[in-house]
Amino acid sequence: MARTLKLRIWRGSDQDGALQDVTVEANSGEVVLDIIHRVQATQMGDLAVRWNCKAGKCGSCSMEINGKPRLACMTQVSAYAEDEVITITPLRAFPVIKDLVTDVSFNYKKALEVRAYEHPADLAPGEARMEQIDVERSQEFRKCIECFLCQNTCHVIRDHEENKKSFAGPRFFIRLAELDMHPLDTLRNRKQSAQEEHGLGMCNITKCCTEVCPEHIRITDNAIIPMKERVVDVKYDPLRWLGSVIRKREGIL
Amino acid sequence: MTAQIERHKYDIVVIGAGGAGLRAAVEAREAGLSVAIVCKSLFGKAHTVMAEGGAAASMGNVNDNDNWMVHFRDTMRGGKFLNHYRMAELHAKEAPDRIWELETWGALFDRTKEGKISQRNFGGHEYPRLAHVGDRTGLELIRTMQQRIVALQQKDGRDFGDPEKKIRVFAEVTITEILKENGKVAGAYGYRRENGEEVLFEAPAVVIATGGVGKTFKITSNSWEGTGDGHALALKAGANLVDMEFLQFHPTGMVWPLSVKGILVTESVRGEGGILTNSLGERFMFKYIPDVFKDKYADNEAEADRWYVDQDNNRRPPELLPRDEVARAINSEVKAGRGTEHGGVFLDVSKRLSAEIIKKRLPSMWHQFYELAGVDITKEAMEVGPTCHYVMGGVEVDPDSAAAVGVDGLFAAGEVAGGMHGSNRLGGNSLTDLLVFGRRAGMGAVAYVKSHGENPVSQSTLDRAAARIEAPFSRVGGENAYSLHQELQEITHNLVGIIRTGAELTEAIEKIAEIRKRSANISVTGDRKFNPGFHLAFDLDNMLLVAESTAKSALLREESRGGHTRDDFPGMNSTWRQVNHISSFDGEKVNIKSQPLPVLPKELFDLFDVHELEKYMTPEEISKGGSN
Repeated sequence: MARTLKLRIWRGSDQDGALQDVTVEANSGEVVLDIIHRVQATQMGDLAVRWNCKAGKCGSCSMEINGKPRLACMTQVSAYAEDEVITITPLRAFPVIKDLVTDVSFNYKKALEVRAYEHPADLAPGEARMEQIDVERSQEFRKCIECFLCQNTCHVIRDHEENKKSFAGPRFFIRLAELDMHPLDTLRNRKQSAQEEHGLGMCNITKCCTEVCPEHIRITDNAIIPMKERVVDVKYDPLRWLGSVIRKREGIL
Repeated sequence: MTAQIERHKYDIVVIGAGGAGLRAAVEAREAGLSVAIVCKSLFGKAHTVMAEGGAAASMGNVNDNDNWMVHFRDTMRGGKFLNHYRMAELHAKEAPDRIWELETWGALFDRTKEGKISQRNFGGHEYPRLAHVGDRTGLELIRTMQQRIVALQQKDGRDFGDPEKKIRVFAEVTITEILKENGKVAGAYGYRRENGEEVLFEAPAVVIATGGVGKTFKITSNSWEGTGDGHALALKAGANLVDMEFLQFHPTGMVWPLSVKGILVTESVRGEGGILTNSLGERFMFKYIPDVFKDKYADNEAEADRWYVDQDNNRRPPELLPRDEVARAINSEVKAGRGTEHGGVFLDVSKRLSAEIIKKRLPSMWHQFYELAGVDITKEAMEVGPTCHYVMGGVEVDPDSAAAVGVDGLFAAGEVAGGMHGSNRLGGNSLTDLLVFGRRAGMGAVAYVKSHGENPVSQSTLDRAAARIEAPFSRVGGENAYSLHQELQEITHNLVGIIRTGAELTEAIEKIAEIRKRSANISVTGDRKFNPGFHLAFDLDNMLLVAESTAKSALLREESRGGHTRDDFPGMNSTWRQVNHISSFDGEKVNIKSQPLPVLPKELFDLFDVHELEKYMTPEEISKGGSN
């Protein structure tokens, strides 16, 4: 059942871009990425869009559809009313390279700042034993497909370029939480580094990141809040503070 | 033009940032060399993320009867004994170490009750063998190695003050050519998609790890990246492709709605107890158990169902036959008019498992069907049909070093390499293939660089590579790359697909040659910057070489085996098993020659019951009993 769709698509860069109106056919069951591909093949051969798997698994086709951060491959055309104009724009938190493609290198720089996993030195390959229930907490965060929709929607950086330097963003808070909860990771100061080096304190838990996560990772409830609570425990409880100072001195923490 | 190009010098350039490429890069950097990783997409998005079911390794965590010899036998059976025995042997022996190694880099696999890595059943594997993380194992693999590379960069940052000094990722760079000087590899040339600027990588060794060719076909589980780039780059550099007629059509792709046609439905659905039925409600797979597998697969529902609780005393359900068998069975049911409304068959796991367990073990499948097809797989059946999934054929390599035959300094690993899987790959063997041979390619390249040293690129070589990139813009009003791609997909789908005939293949070869001619006249609109039409012009050239190799090899092979089914030669023929087809490129067309398959050595020959080998080998081969 074909229908005719009216689209407004961002063309150009952030300096010299504009929305362009396009009319295109859509078939039943199609997603927004299908429509973009049809526009590419028939009307705009050089329309830039990032995509890979078209199955919601790689996190490449992140964009804003009627202002909402979404994966274009997982957004059904049928979700929009017959006469609705669908406006498709690039992610707002990152510089536009061209059309719907943005420069997401910010995220790869932040990834480089999170200290890597450290395996216990005395645990040989194949020797690890872990309970399923213990790996599941970190596994939730390892579901992340790095679509960066959470980064894009987070108001700490969405319209505040100046905060990018000191704020890693929700994607890397779940990475830190994942390592913090990893049964084998030997680096013991993940929460403190989240607070002191990665800007955890700047998050004021509005949960926007959780709302846009296509993997339904409970970013705020399961990663950010537990880390904040425990950071607070250590930082403001006088006894725990004293304890941590002693342990630090003895090289335990 | 060449004055502005970006130049880099490395010991090794790895083309492709999926599982094999990243594993090769880790190996090379750990050996002390400098490495450039070139990805077609962003770092961490490679097609490996799509692998769902798991990574096959005979760790024996769930059934301790498992060992490398059982795994080797399963792999050879799955490939119908056309595999390069040495690759299958190395793979089976080294796979467990490669999985355990990932754990030391932070991977978190699902666990058994004893806390070991859990292993699941899969088609063609005698014991539960696939290490897994729900149904997103590929993502775990790629993320683990991505993070391993970050760890190496952090170490270099501490040691040299620059994390990218010795290992750097070049994202969204397209390689258009492998450069040679004095007959040996000297580097790679390409362009950055973000600005269209050209890049030269000078390096005496290049590892190709570019994955598959699925986009050559109309219905595929592959992403846009699967355009046979490495296959074509290797051919043009003077390397060979082996056995390109063998393509795996995964039996279960989505068939509806149209927009998702081809997207993979993991074999784990069947591994976890999913059954296949036709529109009459028949569990049809019992009718399609081939003679060679009759003693291993249940021929009745009662026994098949008992197997899920008692694997020692029952034969496996036929839904878990190797993929080629299941794909052909589904194809036959649909052709006989017993398909579903949308041309597939039913796959149902809802009757065997509770909703809670389905969501836990197959979370992304639940999500995929619910979001894209409006189907709740915990309550109803899925509609599925074959989809082009994997190419068994690929660059002919030396098994131990992954060195490409015929080109010094060129290496290939992963899906782009041929030989390992014979005529049909078992599910789960791909992820461990990436790890085992990615590592070996890294080792091979390191040894080569250490013994050969630099091989600088000359100006004339550089100029030729640059001229080729500019070509599509110098034409006006020529062919549209998108339309030519669609035409090619129609030809391969209709004439070189799951069931083939000599007449259709001949027709395909002619038609592919016509498209090739027209593709020389492709013109492109817009500028170079992130221009998908421009990019497709290169991809199309690669796909045309792949399609030509496949069609020509398929025409020569007058038998049906694994991922190559000839309607006019329906049986498997022991004489044909002794032959590999080698594709090479003379600058104008692909030529195919026959080459004897390496003979199984006695110690591997003796791992099999001779009566099983009799089903595959000629009496002369049996009487010889192996090569020594």
